[in-house]
Amino acid sequence: MSIMQYNGGCLVGMKGKNCVAIASDRRFGVQALGLSTNFQRMFSVNNRLYYGLAGLGTDVQTLSEKFRMSVNMYNLKEERDIAPTTFASLVSSTLYERRFGPYFSEPVIVGLEKDDTPFICAMDLIGCINFAKDFVVTGTSSEQLYGMCEALWEPDLEPEDLFETISQAMLNAVDRDALSGWGAVVHVITPTQVITRTLKGRMD
Amino acid sequence: MADRYSFSLTTFSPSGKLVQIEYALNAVAQGVTSIGIKATNGVVIATEKKTGSALVDDTTVEKVVMICSNIGVVYSGMGPDARVLVDRARKAAQEYKRIYNVEPPTSVLVKEVASIMQEFTQSGGVRPFGVSLLMAGFEEAGPALYQIDPSGSFFAWKATAIGKNMINAKTFLEKRFTSSMEIEDAVHTAILTLKEGFEGAMTDSSLEIGIATMETTINSHGVPTKTGTFRRLRPAEIKDYLANIA
Repeated sequence: MSIMQYNGGCLVGMKGKNCVAIASDRRFGVQALGLSTNFQRMFSVNNRLYYGLAGLGTDVQTLSEKFRMSVNMYNLKEERDIAPTTFASLVSSTLYERRFGPYFSEPVIVGLEKDDTPFICAMDLIGCINFAKDFVVTGTSSEQLYGMCEALWEPDLEPEDLFETISQAMLNAVDRDALSGWGAVVHVITPTQVITRTLKGRMD
Repeated sequence: MADRYSFSLTTFSPSGKLVQIEYALNAVAQGVTSIGIKATNGVVIATEKKTGSALVDDTTVEKVVMICSNIGVVYSGMGPDARVLVDRARKAAQEYKRIYNVEPPTSVLVKEVASIMQEFTQSGGVRPFGVSLLMAGFEEAGPALYQIDPSGSFFAWKATAIGKNMINAKTFLEKRFTSSMEIEDAVHTAILTLKEGFEGAMTDSSLEIGIATMETTINSHGVPTKTGTFRRLRPAEIKDYLANIA
Protein backbone atom coordinates (compact mmCIF):
# COMPACT_ATOMS: atom_id res chain seq x y z
CA MET A 1 0.00 0.00 0.00
CA SER A 2 1.62 3.21 -1.18
CA ILE A 3 0.30 6.54 0.02
CA MET A 4 0.34 7.91 -3.53
CA GLN A 5 -1.99 5.07 -4.60
CA TYR A 6 -4.43 5.42 -1.71
CA ASN A 7 -7.02 7.65 -3.37
CA GLY A 8 -6.15 7.23 -7.05
CA GLY A 9 -6.51 9.70 -9.91
CA CYS A 10 -4.39 11.09 -12.70
CA LEU A 11 -3.69 14.15 -14.84
CA VAL A 12 -2.22 14.94 -18.22
CA GLY A 13 -1.11 18.26 -19.76
CA MET A 14 -0.24 18.91 -23.40
CA LYS A 15 1.20 21.68 -25.53
CA GLY A 16 -0.42 22.67 -28.79
CA LYS A 17 -0.10 25.46 -31.34
CA ASN A 18 -0.69 28.64 -29.28
CA CYS A 19 -2.79 26.58 -26.88
CA VAL A 20 -2.44 24.16 -23.99
CA ALA A 21 -4.76 21.52 -22.56
CA ILE A 22 -5.06 19.79 -19.21
CA ALA A 23 -7.22 16.79 -18.41
CA SER A 24 -8.03 14.84 -15.27
CA ASP A 25 -10.17 11.92 -14.25
CA ARG A 26 -12.86 12.28 -11.61
CA ARG A 27 -12.47 9.22 -9.40
CA PHE A 28 -11.96 9.50 -5.69
CA GLY A 29 -11.78 6.33 -3.64
CA VAL A 30 -10.26 4.63 -0.64
CA GLN A 31 -8.13 1.90 -2.17
CA ALA A 32 -10.53 -0.45 -3.96
CA LEU A 33 -13.69 1.31 -2.77
CA GLY A 34 -14.78 4.06 -5.14
CA LEU A 35 -16.51 6.94 -3.39
CA SER A 36 -16.92 9.90 -5.73
CA THR A 37 -17.32 10.43 -9.46
CA ASN A 38 -16.80 14.19 -9.36
CA PHE A 39 -13.63 14.84 -7.41
CA GLN A 40 -12.00 18.13 -8.46
CA ARG A 41 -8.31 17.78 -9.26
CA MET A 42 -7.82 20.77 -11.57
CA PHE A 43 -7.91 24.37 -10.46
CA SER A 44 -7.56 27.68 -12.23
CA VAL A 45 -5.11 30.36 -11.18
CA ASN A 46 -6.49 32.77 -13.76
CA ASN A 47 -8.02 32.39 -17.20
CA ARG A 48 -4.59 31.72 -18.73
CA LEU A 49 -3.13 29.38 -16.11
CA TYR A 50 -4.50 26.10 -14.81
CA TYR A 51 -2.95 23.43 -12.64
CA GLY A 52 -3.87 19.99 -11.38
CA LEU A 53 -2.81 17.91 -8.40
CA ALA A 54 -2.71 14.11 -8.28
CA GLY A 55 -2.07 11.92 -5.27
CA LEU A 56 -3.52 11.92 -1.76
CA GLY A 57 -6.93 13.61 -1.83
CA THR A 58 -6.55 15.60 1.35
CA ASP A 59 -3.24 17.03 0.17
CA VAL A 60 -4.81 17.92 -3.20
CA GLN A 61 -7.42 19.96 -1.37
CA THR A 62 -5.07 21.56 1.16
CA LEU A 63 -2.51 22.48 -1.48
CA SER A 64 -5.14 24.01 -3.73
CA GLU A 65 -6.24 26.21 -0.82
CA LYS A 66 -2.62 27.14 -0.03
CA PHE A 67 -1.96 28.10 -3.63
CA ARG A 68 -5.18 30.06 -3.82
CA MET A 69 -4.04 32.08 -0.81
CA SER A 70 -0.50 32.62 -2.15
CA VAL A 71 -1.78 33.73 -5.54
CA ASN A 72 -4.37 36.06 -4.01
CA MET A 73 -1.66 37.68 -1.88
CA TYR A 74 0.57 37.95 -4.95
CA ASN A 75 -2.18 39.62 -6.98
CA LEU A 76 -2.91 42.10 -4.19
CA LYS A 77 0.72 42.94 -3.52
CA GLU A 78 2.06 43.03 -7.03
CA GLU A 79 -1.11 44.33 -8.71
CA ARG A 80 -0.61 41.98 -11.63
CA ASP A 81 -1.36 38.40 -12.66
CA ILE A 82 1.22 35.76 -11.82
CA ALA A 83 3.22 34.40 -14.77
CA PRO A 84 3.23 30.61 -15.41
CA THR A 85 6.96 30.21 -14.73
CA THR A 86 6.67 32.26 -11.55
CA PHE A 87 3.70 30.17 -10.39
CA ALA A 88 5.65 27.00 -11.11
CA SER A 89 8.51 28.28 -8.93
CA LEU A 90 6.00 29.16 -6.22
CA VAL A 91 4.55 25.63 -6.29
CA SER A 92 8.03 24.12 -6.28
CA SER A 93 9.23 26.14 -3.29
CA THR A 94 5.99 25.44 -1.39
CA LEU A 95 6.48 21.69 -1.89
CA TYR A 96 10.18 21.78 -1.03
CA GLU A 97 9.41 23.63 2.21
CA ARG A 98 8.12 20.21 3.36
CA ARG A 99 11.10 18.29 2.04
CA PHE A 100 11.24 15.89 5.01
CA GLY A 101 7.51 15.46 5.57
CA PRO A 102 6.10 16.11 2.11
CA TYR A 103 2.67 16.69 0.70
CA PHE A 104 1.77 13.48 -1.15
CA SER A 105 0.74 15.23 -4.30
CA GLU A 106 2.35 15.75 -7.68
CA PRO A 107 1.26 18.78 -9.70
CA VAL A 108 0.84 19.48 -13.40
CA ILE A 109 0.77 23.12 -14.51
CA VAL A 110 -0.33 24.41 -17.92
CA GLY A 111 -0.78 27.94 -19.15
CA LEU A 112 -0.02 30.68 -21.66
CA GLU A 113 2.77 33.14 -20.99
CA LYS A 114 2.42 36.87 -21.44
CA ASP A 115 3.32 36.65 -25.12
CA ASP A 116 0.89 33.72 -25.61
CA THR A 117 3.68 31.10 -25.71
CA PRO A 118 2.36 27.77 -24.37
CA PHE A 119 3.84 26.58 -21.07
CA ILE A 120 3.56 23.19 -19.37
CA CYS A 121 5.42 21.59 -16.53
CA ALA A 122 5.05 18.89 -13.89
CA MET A 123 6.70 18.25 -10.54
CA ASP A 124 7.39 15.47 -8.15
CA LEU A 125 6.07 15.61 -4.60
CA ILE A 126 9.06 17.60 -3.35
CA GLY A 127 9.07 20.19 -6.11
CA CYS A 128 11.49 19.03 -8.78
CA ILE A 129 10.22 20.80 -11.91
CA ASN A 130 10.09 19.07 -15.27
CA PHE A 131 9.75 21.74 -17.98
CA ALA A 132 8.47 19.56 -20.80
CA LYS A 133 8.29 20.49 -24.45
CA ASP A 134 5.44 18.15 -25.37
CA PHE A 135 3.32 16.64 -22.60
CA VAL A 136 3.35 15.96 -18.86
CA VAL A 137 1.60 13.21 -16.89
CA THR A 138 1.09 12.35 -13.25
CA GLY A 139 -1.01 10.04 -11.08
CA THR A 140 -1.71 6.32 -10.65
CA SER A 141 -2.02 5.78 -14.41
CA SER A 142 1.02 7.86 -15.34
CA GLU A 143 2.75 4.90 -17.07
CA GLN A 144 -0.32 4.31 -19.22
CA LEU A 145 -0.58 8.02 -19.95
CA TYR A 146 3.08 8.14 -21.00
CA GLY A 147 2.39 5.37 -23.48
CA MET A 148 -0.76 6.96 -24.88
CA CYS A 149 0.78 10.44 -25.14
CA GLU A 150 3.95 9.20 -26.78
CA ALA A 151 1.85 7.43 -29.39
CA LEU A 152 -0.75 10.13 -30.04
CA TRP A 153 0.97 13.48 -29.49
CA GLU A 154 2.45 15.49 -32.30
CA PRO A 155 3.66 19.09 -32.28
CA ASP A 156 1.56 22.13 -33.27
CA LEU A 157 -1.91 20.70 -32.79
CA GLU A 158 -4.76 23.17 -33.13
CA PRO A 159 -7.09 23.52 -30.12
CA GLU A 160 -9.75 21.14 -31.48
CA ASP A 161 -7.18 18.52 -32.45
CA LEU A 162 -5.37 18.96 -29.15
CA PHE A 163 -8.66 18.32 -27.39
CA GLU A 164 -9.19 15.08 -29.32
CA THR A 165 -5.64 13.94 -28.65
CA ILE A 166 -5.63 14.65 -24.93
CA SER A 167 -9.10 13.11 -24.51
CA GLN A 168 -8.14 9.84 -26.23
CA ALA A 169 -4.92 9.68 -24.23
CA MET A 170 -6.83 10.13 -20.97
CA LEU A 171 -9.77 7.80 -21.71
CA ASN A 172 -7.68 4.89 -22.89
CA ALA A 173 -5.01 5.23 -20.20
CA VAL A 174 -7.46 5.25 -17.29
CA ASP A 175 -9.27 2.19 -18.67
CA ARG A 176 -6.10 0.24 -17.90
CA ASP A 177 -5.93 1.47 -14.30
CA ALA A 178 -8.27 0.30 -11.57
CA LEU A 179 -7.76 3.41 -9.45
CA SER A 180 -8.40 6.01 -12.17
CA GLY A 181 -11.32 6.91 -14.35
CA TRP A 182 -15.01 7.28 -13.42
CA GLY A 183 -15.33 10.31 -15.70
CA ALA A 184 -12.93 12.93 -17.09
CA VAL A 185 -12.73 16.70 -17.55
CA VAL A 186 -10.64 18.59 -20.11
CA HIS A 187 -9.73 22.31 -20.19
CA VAL A 188 -8.32 23.73 -23.44
CA ILE A 189 -6.72 27.15 -22.97
CA THR A 190 -6.25 29.52 -25.91
CA PRO A 191 -5.35 33.22 -25.91
CA THR A 192 -9.01 34.15 -26.32
CA GLN A 193 -10.91 31.60 -24.23
CA VAL A 194 -10.93 28.47 -22.08
CA ILE A 195 -13.14 25.61 -23.26
CA THR A 196 -14.10 23.06 -20.62
CA ARG A 197 -15.58 19.73 -21.63
CA THR A 198 -16.65 16.68 -19.65
CA LEU A 199 -15.84 13.38 -21.32
CA LYS A 200 -18.11 10.36 -21.54
CA GLY A 201 -16.08 7.33 -20.56
CA ARG A 202 -16.45 3.93 -19.02
CA MET A 203 -17.80 4.26 -15.48
CA ASP A 204 -16.22 1.08 -14.21
CA MET B 1 6.42 71.93 24.07
CA ALA B 2 7.77 69.46 21.53
CA ASP B 3 10.72 68.74 23.82
CA ARG B 4 8.54 67.02 26.39
CA TYR B 5 7.60 64.42 23.78
CA SER B 6 10.78 64.24 21.80
CA PHE B 7 12.56 61.62 23.86
CA SER B 8 10.28 58.66 23.42
CA LEU B 9 9.76 57.52 19.88
CA THR B 10 6.63 55.59 20.62
CA THR B 11 4.78 58.52 22.14
CA PHE B 12 2.68 60.82 19.99
CA SER B 13 2.98 64.52 20.69
CA PRO B 14 -0.27 66.46 21.28
CA SER B 15 -0.10 67.80 17.74
CA GLY B 16 -0.23 64.23 16.46
CA LYS B 17 3.38 63.93 15.40
CA LEU B 18 6.04 61.38 16.25
CA VAL B 19 8.76 63.89 16.92
CA GLN B 20 11.60 61.40 16.47
CA ILE B 21 10.55 60.92 12.89
CA GLU B 22 10.64 64.67 12.32
CA TYR B 23 14.15 64.72 13.74
CA ALA B 24 15.14 61.78 11.56
CA LEU B 25 14.01 63.80 8.55
CA ASN B 26 16.24 66.62 9.82
CA ALA B 27 19.15 64.20 9.82
CA VAL B 28 18.34 63.38 6.21
CA ALA B 29 18.12 67.04 5.29
CA GLN B 30 21.66 67.46 6.54
CA GLY B 31 22.91 64.67 4.33
CA VAL B 32 24.58 64.96 0.95
CA THR B 33 22.12 65.59 -1.90
CA SER B 34 20.98 62.67 -4.02
CA ILE B 35 19.04 62.86 -7.30
CA GLY B 36 16.78 60.43 -9.08
CA ILE B 37 15.26 60.85 -12.55
CA LYS B 38 12.99 58.45 -14.42
CA ALA B 39 13.36 58.42 -18.20
CA THR B 40 11.30 56.61 -20.82
CA ASN B 41 13.84 53.81 -21.09
CA GLY B 42 15.49 53.78 -17.68
CA VAL B 43 16.12 55.43 -14.32
CA VAL B 44 19.21 57.28 -13.08
CA ILE B 45 20.24 57.87 -9.48
CA ALA B 46 23.23 59.95 -8.55
CA THR B 47 25.00 61.50 -5.60
CA GLU B 48 28.17 63.26 -4.60
CA LYS B 49 30.83 61.10 -3.00
CA LYS B 50 31.89 63.44 -0.24
CA THR B 51 34.90 62.20 1.74
CA GLY B 52 36.16 64.11 4.76
CA SER B 53 39.71 64.50 3.50
CA ALA B 54 41.84 63.86 0.45
CA LEU B 55 43.59 61.11 2.39
CA VAL B 56 40.49 58.89 2.38
CA ASP B 57 40.69 55.98 -0.05
CA ASP B 58 37.49 56.82 -1.89
CA THR B 59 37.54 53.69 -4.06
CA THR B 60 36.19 51.85 -1.05
CA VAL B 61 33.29 54.23 -0.54
CA GLU B 62 30.08 53.12 -2.26
CA LYS B 63 26.94 55.20 -1.98
CA VAL B 64 25.11 53.99 -5.06
CA VAL B 65 24.66 50.27 -4.48
CA MET B 66 22.97 47.34 -6.20
CA ILE B 67 20.29 45.51 -4.23
CA CYS B 68 19.53 42.83 -6.82
CA SER B 69 20.22 42.59 -10.50
CA ASN B 70 17.43 44.97 -11.51
CA ILE B 71 17.29 47.36 -8.54
CA GLY B 72 19.76 49.85 -7.09
CA VAL B 73 19.60 52.40 -4.32
CA VAL B 74 21.19 55.67 -3.22
CA TYR B 75 20.73 57.37 0.12
CA SER B 76 20.91 60.73 1.84
CA GLY B 77 21.63 60.84 5.56
CA MET B 78 23.55 58.56 7.89
CA GLY B 79 25.75 56.14 5.99
CA PRO B 80 25.80 53.39 8.63
CA ASP B 81 21.99 53.33 8.78
CA ALA B 82 21.90 53.04 5.00
CA ARG B 83 24.26 50.07 5.12
CA VAL B 84 21.92 48.20 7.46
CA LEU B 85 18.98 48.87 5.15
CA VAL B 86 20.95 47.81 2.09
CA ASP B 87 21.73 44.48 3.79
CA ARG B 88 18.08 43.97 4.74
CA ALA B 89 16.91 44.92 1.24
CA ARG B 90 19.39 42.54 -0.41
CA LYS B 91 18.26 39.73 1.85
CA ALA B 92 14.59 40.48 1.19
CA ALA B 93 15.25 40.41 -2.55
CA GLN B 94 16.99 37.04 -2.37
CA GLU B 95 14.24 35.60 -0.17
CA TYR B 96 11.75 36.67 -2.83
CA LYS B 97 13.91 34.95 -5.41
CA ARG B 98 13.94 31.73 -3.35
CA ILE B 99 10.18 31.54 -3.64
CA TYR B 100 9.50 32.88 -7.13
CA ASN B 101 12.85 32.33 -8.88
CA VAL B 102 12.68 35.84 -10.37
CA GLU B 103 13.91 39.24 -9.20
CA PRO B 104 11.35 41.21 -7.21
CA PRO B 105 9.68 44.12 -8.96
CA THR B 106 10.76 47.49 -7.58
CA SER B 107 7.36 48.28 -6.08
CA VAL B 108 7.38 45.05 -4.09
CA LEU B 109 10.90 45.55 -2.72
CA VAL B 110 10.09 49.15 -1.87
CA LYS B 111 7.09 48.02 0.19
CA GLU B 112 9.28 45.49 1.98
CA VAL B 113 12.01 48.03 2.85
CA ALA B 114 9.42 50.64 3.81
CA SER B 115 7.82 48.21 6.22
CA ILE B 116 11.23 47.47 7.78
CA MET B 117 11.74 51.20 8.30
CA GLN B 118 8.25 51.50 9.79
CA GLU B 119 9.03 48.73 12.28
CA PHE B 120 11.67 50.98 13.78
CA THR B 121 9.05 53.66 14.42
CA GLN B 122 6.81 51.38 16.43
CA SER B 123 9.15 49.20 18.46
CA GLY B 124 10.62 49.66 21.93
CA GLY B 125 14.20 50.70 22.46
CA VAL B 126 15.01 51.53 18.84
CA ARG B 127 15.24 54.72 16.84
CA PRO B 128 14.18 55.43 13.25
CA PHE B 129 16.72 55.14 10.44
CA GLY B 130 18.39 58.46 9.69
CA VAL B 131 18.25 57.99 5.92
CA SER B 132 15.96 58.52 2.99
CA LEU B 133 16.47 56.09 0.13
CA LEU B 134 15.98 56.56 -3.59
CA MET B 135 15.31 53.14 -5.07
CA ALA B 136 15.57 52.72 -8.84
CA GLY B 137 14.65 49.65 -10.81
CA PHE B 138 13.53 48.30 -14.15
CA GLU B 139 11.14 45.46 -14.69
CA GLU B 140 8.28 44.21 -16.84
CA ALA B 141 6.10 47.19 -16.01
CA GLY B 142 8.90 49.57 -16.98
CA PRO B 143 11.26 51.92 -15.13
CA ALA B 144 10.46 52.81 -11.51
CA LEU B 145 11.82 55.38 -9.05
CA TYR B 146 10.76 55.48 -5.41
CA GLN B 147 11.70 57.49 -2.35
CA ILE B 148 11.47 55.83 1.07
CA ASP B 149 11.50 58.02 4.19
CA PRO B 150 12.50 57.24 7.81
CA SER B 151 8.81 56.98 8.70
CA GLY B 152 8.34 54.18 6.23
CA SER B 153 6.29 56.20 3.75
CA PHE B 154 7.23 55.78 0.16
CA PHE B 155 6.51 57.83 -2.92
CA ALA B 156 6.90 57.08 -6.60
CA TRP B 157 8.58 59.92 -8.44
CA LYS B 158 9.27 60.97 -12.01
CA ALA B 159 12.20 63.01 -10.74
CA THR B 160 13.24 64.05 -7.25
CA ALA B 161 16.02 65.11 -4.94
CA ILE B 162 16.70 64.38 -1.27
CA GLY B 163 19.21 65.77 1.19
CA LYS B 164 20.83 69.14 1.76
CA ASN B 165 20.02 70.88 -1.50
CA MET B 166 16.71 69.19 -2.22
CA ILE B 167 14.53 72.29 -2.51
CA ASN B 168 16.73 74.01 -5.08
CA ALA B 169 17.35 70.74 -6.85
CA LYS B 170 13.64 69.92 -7.11
CA THR B 171 12.91 73.41 -8.48
CA PHE B 172 15.66 72.86 -11.05
CA LEU B 173 14.21 69.46 -11.94
CA GLU B 174 10.69 70.82 -12.28
CA LYS B 175 11.96 73.14 -14.99
CA ARG B 176 14.21 70.63 -16.69
CA PHE B 177 12.24 67.40 -16.52
CA THR B 178 10.29 66.24 -19.57
CA SER B 179 8.41 62.97 -19.77
CA SER B 180 9.98 62.18 -23.14
CA MET B 181 13.52 62.20 -21.73
CA GLU B 182 15.70 59.23 -22.54
CA ILE B 183 18.29 57.78 -20.20
CA GLU B 184 21.27 59.71 -21.59
CA ASP B 185 19.40 63.02 -21.22
CA ALA B 186 18.36 61.98 -17.72
CA VAL B 187 21.97 61.30 -16.67
CA HIS B 188 23.00 64.63 -18.17
CA THR B 189 20.21 66.42 -16.29
CA ALA B 190 21.05 64.61 -13.04
CA ILE B 191 24.66 65.80 -13.25
CA LEU B 192 23.54 69.37 -13.98
CA THR B 193 21.17 69.24 -11.00
CA LEU B 194 23.90 67.99 -8.68
CA LYS B 195 26.27 70.62 -10.00
CA GLU B 196 24.08 73.35 -8.47
CA GLY B 197 24.82 72.33 -4.91
CA PHE B 198 28.10 70.51 -5.40
CA GLU B 199 30.66 71.06 -2.67
CA GLY B 200 34.06 70.51 -4.16
CA ALA B 201 35.22 69.64 -7.66
CA MET B 202 33.03 67.49 -9.90
CA THR B 203 35.20 64.65 -11.15
CA ASP B 204 34.65 61.04 -12.18
CA SER B 205 35.67 59.96 -8.67
CA SER B 206 33.54 62.43 -6.73
CA LEU B 207 30.32 61.56 -8.61
CA GLU B 208 28.46 58.30 -8.20
CA ILE B 209 25.84 57.42 -10.81
CA GLY B 210 23.74 54.31 -11.24
CA ILE B 211 21.30 53.47 -14.03
CA ALA B 212 18.54 50.88 -14.35
CA THR B 213 17.76 49.95 -17.95
CA MET B 214 16.71 47.06 -20.18
CA GLU B 215 19.81 45.16 -21.17
CA THR B 216 20.20 42.05 -23.28
CA THR B 217 21.71 39.31 -21.14
CA ILE B 218 22.19 35.57 -21.61
CA ASN B 219 19.75 33.67 -19.41
CA SER B 220 20.23 30.30 -17.72
CA HIS B 221 19.23 28.45 -20.91
CA GLY B 222 21.86 30.26 -22.96
CA VAL B 223 19.23 32.37 -24.71
CA PRO B 224 19.75 36.14 -25.04
CA THR B 225 16.86 37.86 -23.28
CA LYS B 226 16.06 41.44 -22.38
CA THR B 227 15.99 41.93 -18.61
CA GLY B 228 15.94 44.91 -16.32
CA THR B 229 19.49 45.56 -15.14
CA PHE B 230 20.95 47.99 -12.66
CA ARG B 231 24.59 49.02 -12.83
CA ARG B 232 26.89 51.75 -11.61
CA LEU B 233 28.50 53.89 -14.30
CA ARG B 234 32.20 53.33 -14.73
CA PRO B 235 34.52 56.33 -14.10
CA ALA B 236 35.29 56.45 -17.84
CA GLU B 237 31.58 56.84 -18.62
CA ILE B 238 31.14 59.54 -15.98
CA LYS B 239 34.12 61.33 -17.47
CA ASP B 240 32.41 61.35 -20.89
CA TYR B 241 29.25 62.86 -19.42
CA LEU B 242 31.26 65.48 -17.54
CA ALA B 243 33.07 66.41 -20.73
CA ASN B 244 29.68 67.21 -22.30
CA ILE B 245 28.75 69.44 -19.36
CA ALA B 246 31.81 71.64 -19.45
